[in-house]
Amino acid sequence: MKNPSRRNFLKMVGVGGAALATGTMGGSADASEGLKIDNDNVAMLYDATRCVGCKACMTICKRVNLDSGSLSYEQAEFDPDGLWDAPADLSGDTRTLIKLHKESPTKWSYVKHSCMHCQKPSCVSVCPVSAMIRDPESGIVTYDKGICIGCRYCQIACAFNIPRFQWDKALPQIVKCDMCKSTELPRTGTTGCASVCPVDAIHFGKRGDLLIEAQRRLDAEPEKYIQYIYGAQELGGLNHLCLAGLPFERLGLPIVGDQPPAEFSEKIQHTIYKGFIAPVALYGSLCYVAIRNMKKAEQQKSADKKGGDA
Amino acid sequence: MSHHDDYQTHQAKILTPSFYVLLTLTLIGFALIALRFIKGIGAVSNMNDGYPWGIWITYDVATGTAIACGGYAMAILIYIRNHMQYHPMIRSAVLTSLFGYGLAGFSVMVDVGRPWNAYNFFIPSRWQLNSAMFEVALCVMAYTTVLLIEFLPAILTTIEEGKWRRTHALLDWLEPHIKPDRAAVLSKLERLRLGAAWLRPKLNKVLIFVIVLGITLPTMHQSSLGSLVLIASTKVHPLWHTGFLPLLFLINCIYIGFSIVLIESIISSYFFKRPFEVKELAGLAKIIPALTLIWLTVVIGDLAWRGQLGTALALDFYSGFFLLEFFLIAGGSLILFNSRKRESVRWLFISAALITIGGALYRFNVYLIGFQPGKGWHYFPSLAELMITVGIIAFEILGYQVLVKVFPVLPKLHFDLHLPYGQGRHLPEVKGAKA
Repeated sequence: MKNPSRRNFLKMVGVGGAALATGTMGGSADASEGLKIDNDNVAMLYDATRCVGCKACMTICKRVNLDSGSLSYEQAEFDPDGLWDAPADLSGDTRTLIKLHKESPTKWSYVKHSCMHCQKPSCVSVCPVSAMIRDPESGIVTYDKGICIGCRYCQIACAFNIPRFQWDKALPQIVKCDMCKSTELPRTGTTGCASVCPVDAIHFGKRGDLLIEAQRRLDAEPEKYIQYIYGAQELGGLNHLCLAGLPFERLGLPIVGDQPPAEFSEKIQHTIYKGFIAPVALYGSLCYVAIRNMKKAEQQKSADKKGGDA
Repeated sequence: MSHHDDYQTHQAKILTPSFYVLLTLTLIGFALIALRFIKGIGAVSNMNDGYPWGIWITYDVATGTAIACGGYAMAILIYIRNHMQYHPMIRSAVLTSLFGYGLAGFSVMVDVGRPWNAYNFFIPSRWQLNSAMFEVALCVMAYTTVLLIEFLPAILTTIEEGKWRRTHALLDWLEPHIKPDRAAVLSKLERLRLGAAWLRPKLNKVLIFVIVLGITLPTMHQSSLGSLVLIASTKVHPLWHTGFLPLLFLINCIYIGFSIVLIESIISSYFFKRPFEVKELAGLAKIIPALTLIWLTVVIGDLAWRGQLGTALALDFYSGFFLLEFFLIAGGSLILFNSRKRESVRWLFISAALITIGGALYRFNVYLIGFQPGKGWHYFPSLAELMITVGIIAFEILGYQVLVKVFPVLPKLHFDLHLPYGQGRHLPEVKGAKA
């Protein structure tokens, strides 16, 4: 995004499929500390140039997760009977969405919106009660409604506005993709959306393999694609990768930089609260000062009294 | 530690016209809260997935707790900076803080979608130490408890030394209707009184440790309220998104705290028809501009360092709100630099109000106005949403108004008064008046 050389750099990375540190090129050692992209995670590759917009992925996503997510079908205005599920955006009822981005009759693209499954997810970093967690092995970011307090901090934190809230329910929950972790994945070994895609626009697999596959496609048909794998490095690496023929920011995939925001905020929070030393030291020294002041005041008082009596 | 002769109960009627007005607003707010729990948050609020935090978090929590920092600011001044002469002012500040924080916690319970899961805050395996929200939640709960303990001496004194006039009146009124066992009630009262008499000196001995905790906790969570939005680096406008957010929020709450003490003291003197505490107020007012000067220096220095000064002067929507916030705070502070104006109640009030509004606007800018979730998202609070906030504020004022008439909260007047309430219902007691 900032310069073309970074894209070339990414290309290199993609070809090698190698794990590499995600810190900025600036080379500040502690910024990239402990942050390695894990290419053994499970991932999905969405190829917008292959997508035909059939929305089969949306249909199965809703069917599979309907009960566990207490999702509902969304009516279109012209269809008051609700015969047809017609969500306009991700919502408290919809985890996966195909949108059409149209610039002219010849220049258009579909785009899939769903959780990006960040390698350093902001939602996990901010959840006060660990209702959002990232499985370290698979890299899947899941949500537990049994723990969630509904504070919606995950929504504030997510750069992609992925977690959605059920605003119109008395007992609401957060809704977002969990790569079918407890539904299709254990049963069939793949996600619902990837299994039904008729044109292999959604491909499920190991992240490293998908990066190689993505790069192969970019090289095979360079004129068809923007030469960039969205998600290879974004926010420290996403497990939902995307290829497209139009610039990603126009499709609604924002330019977010490579630095995970969670790293920045956690660094500040950890500096302040390291080992809980600062708060304890603050309390201790304040106690010392306050008690000394009180004693002084009491001495003053008794001295005044004596002076008054004399 | 026993300073309880510094305070007095305000002797006046409780059921005033303003009581009924505030009660009405409170009831409307609480009715809408009931609606929210029956029909969902979307039924009363305009919040959406782009703006998941609306006016409830921005005002009731992020701003309301800053406005409730009077107790914190006064505790620093009195116990740490050793200005014991302000001690008589602390109890009313603590009471305001107690309401502010208690109701902020209440608002959170209205705002969160799954409040029945809140017990997870007490399960260590669920603790998430990376989350600023976790820190804020625990600290706010702890601080509310601390404030309650800090206020306890006022309640104990009343139980111990009070005449229980209202209880007796109630018993008299009940007598013909249900014939309560008067002797039993009175003996229970006596036991309560003995318990209070036993507890109060013990509490006084350890109170200082609680008070210092009451200084440590706000230092922690007020800065964390700034840390809370650090993670939204792609959403909070660059004018406000900076690594200095925790520091800025901390200083901001202290000068708001002092300004609120000024405002509250002036307003309650005015409405309760007590003399203004001009000397104390002028002394307090001297501290505020020093704090705002540091704050404004950090803001400008940080903007310059991040190369955002041009953005601040761009005169667009965001720059407009930034400049408004800046000039409100700077303007209010300029007035307070003038020692003559510091002696004038009117100027004190104006400047404290400017600084409070400016400081509160800063928090609105960070949480709401400068929050850009992306194209296509809009938020402006709905009427019902606003009325819930109004109801909570009304309840706060109502509670303050009632409690200062029940417990010894307001500073003791140190001279003879010809109190202007002519109704003669409760003539001011002169018990212990020194002059």
